[in-house]
Amino acid sequence: MTEVTGRPDSSGGRGAEGNVPGAEPLLRVQDVTKRFGGLTAVKDLDMSVPKGALYGLIGPNGAGKTTVFNLLTGVYRPTEGLIRVDGARMDGRQPYDIARAGVTRTFQNIRLFADMTVLENVMAARHLRSRQWLVDAVIGTKRHHKEEQQARDRAFELLKIFRLDGMADEHATSLPYGSQRRLEIARALATEPKLLLLDEPAAGMNPQESADLMDLIRWIREEFRLTIVLVEHNMKVVMGICETVQVIDHGEAIAVGTPAEIQGNPDVIEAYLGG
Amino acid sequence: MSPARKVLNSAAVLVLLAAANYAIEHGVGDFQLNPYYARILNLIGINITLAVSLNLINGLAGQFSIGHAGFMAVGGYTAAYITVSAGARIAGLLGGTLAGGPGAAAAMIVSLTGGALAAALAGVVVGIPSLRLKGDYLAIVTLGFGEIIRVVILNIPAVGGATGYTDAIPITNVFWIFLVAILTIVIVRNIASSTFGRALATIRDDEIAAEAVGINTTRYKVLAFVVSAALAGVAGGLSGQLFANPLSPQNFNFVKSIEIIVMIVIGGIGSITGAVVGATALTILPEALRGFDQQFPGLRMVVYSLLLIGFMIFRPQGLFGRREFGLHWFGWPNRTKIPVALTDTADARAHTPQRPVDRRGTLGGSDTDD
Repeated sequence: MTEVTGRPDSSGGRGAEGNVPGAEPLLRVQDVTKRFGGLTAVKDLDMSVPKGALYGLIGPNGAGKTTVFNLLTGVYRPTEGLIRVDGARMDGRQPYDIARAGVTRTFQNIRLFADMTVLENVMAARHLRSRQWLVDAVIGTKRHHKEEQQARDRAFELLKIFRLDGMADEHATSLPYGSQRRLEIARALATEPKLLLLDEPAAGMNPQESADLMDLIRWIREEFRLTIVLVEHNMKVVMGICETVQVIDHGEAIAVGTPAEIQGNPDVIEAYLGG
Repeated sequence: MSPARKVLNSAAVLVLLAAANYAIEHGVGDFQLNPYYARILNLIGINITLAVSLNLINGLAGQFSIGHAGFMAVGGYTAAYITVSAGARIAGLLGGTLAGGPGAAAAMIVSLTGGALAAALAGVVVGIPSLRLKGDYLAIVTLGFGEIIRVVILNIPAVGGATGYTDAIPITNVFWIFLVAILTIVIVRNIASSTFGRALATIRDDEIAAEAVGINTTRYKVLAFVVSAALAGVAGGLSGQLFANPLSPQNFNFVKSIEIIVMIVIGGIGSITGAVVGATALTILPEALRGFDQQFPGLRMVVYSLLLIGFMIFRPQGLFGRREFGLHWFGWPNRTKIPVALTDTADARAHTPQRPVDRRGTLGGSDTDD
């Protein structure tokens, strides 16, 4: 077990944030365990992702990576442990509430809104920033029209960034696979997240597309001042863009470190190659 | 649209409706609309309100509710009761009577508002626990609700019980029916084309993704359910106070709920235009087929059913699919875009790349096979 981050001290709880200004990581996962009946999918997981980091989460198939994402986004509730983003507790909150707090994700098997257009997919993700009441929409107030225009403009900007503006009125699911992946990221960004979780963004992409994707991920981190955690099987992508990589196997963290450290770590090699 | 334009349009609609109402009630010159046709016209208006409001929950939000007649009953009985017990006093406040004029108008507005609120309340009560369920389960709960309402009314002597509420005062006319229908269309369209409409559509398309982008799915399902119920309550208030249309629990059985669903399915689920056309067609069709009953009693409903079956075989997506009627049909710029209204689902399917079907876990194949 390679421990880079120390265990949180026992004073934990309420005193932890604000000890040293700027030292609190954006995402802090403390001793999180998730059990489904007798099966322990994630065990005593600690994660510490600094603000602005590009953090990779890797592991063999079935290691529990997607479960970690589901815990971070509130789809599952941790059996034990704490999850904090920017100091605020996230564990036990509903997924929509966590999204409002600034954590959004993409999905391993793309989940676009199939019967909506490309533009509407992104506009729908602006809904959580909407300040209008239902009455505003029903009687068509000034606030409604202004917000609608803003949502449309903002969605178009995002589509331009992802080179999807030419297909704004297409059905989301009629896009080619790579574009659907990009659209999902655009949609996630429309919610104005602090923390973006990418679940296998390069899945199904050819080498050229993955290279473009790497540039894109690096670029959006700067442009949107994001912290990004990504789960990925494509080692070229993970090792190419992440500053820190954490390896999990059977739901337990087995190593954390820079890509170079991870590549030379015997536990990691064992997990991937050993039985 | 500028505010002045809006006021002008609304005034024009009111004047037109009032004129139409006058023409139907008093005739124009020698022409007098046959009361039978007038009645069908009234029922068309009420059914449009019902179908368009159900479309909000079944079409836009994709939640399968089959208890719409229940909300209609709650609204209908509440509105009729308000008019019976307080209508004359309300009309008296304006120095009028329930026979017509501003007095009757005030009574109508108060009773319909009461009906809407009661139905909305019923919507909250049913919606909050049941909208955590999905698909078939939600359908069964809403069906159960509709039946409970019917049985409850059956046992309230103050509103006539099984004999029906014969005291109800007929103050509904074409003016109110079509005013409500138009308002319903405007309300549902405005919701559908707004950020709330998109939120509802995300729930229909993928609840997990909807939550992931910050949409409180339960809250919006309940919201759609309540708005839909309130509008059904108004439709109930209109139909319960319509001349020669006595309120009876039998009018609100689940056959009525199914009828409204058939209207939106025929029109194209999710399309407001479709709901209007479906409601109109399915109100006229059984009447137009009356000739068959003269040849052989009961043949009419056989033909009616066969027509519906045939229609569903040849146009399963309904008349309009998800498209809407608008000026863009004539090449006008389309400024008010309904978010869900672009292609037929059938067309969309054709464009969707087919993923290999994973047969594990379905009936027949299984993970216990070795």
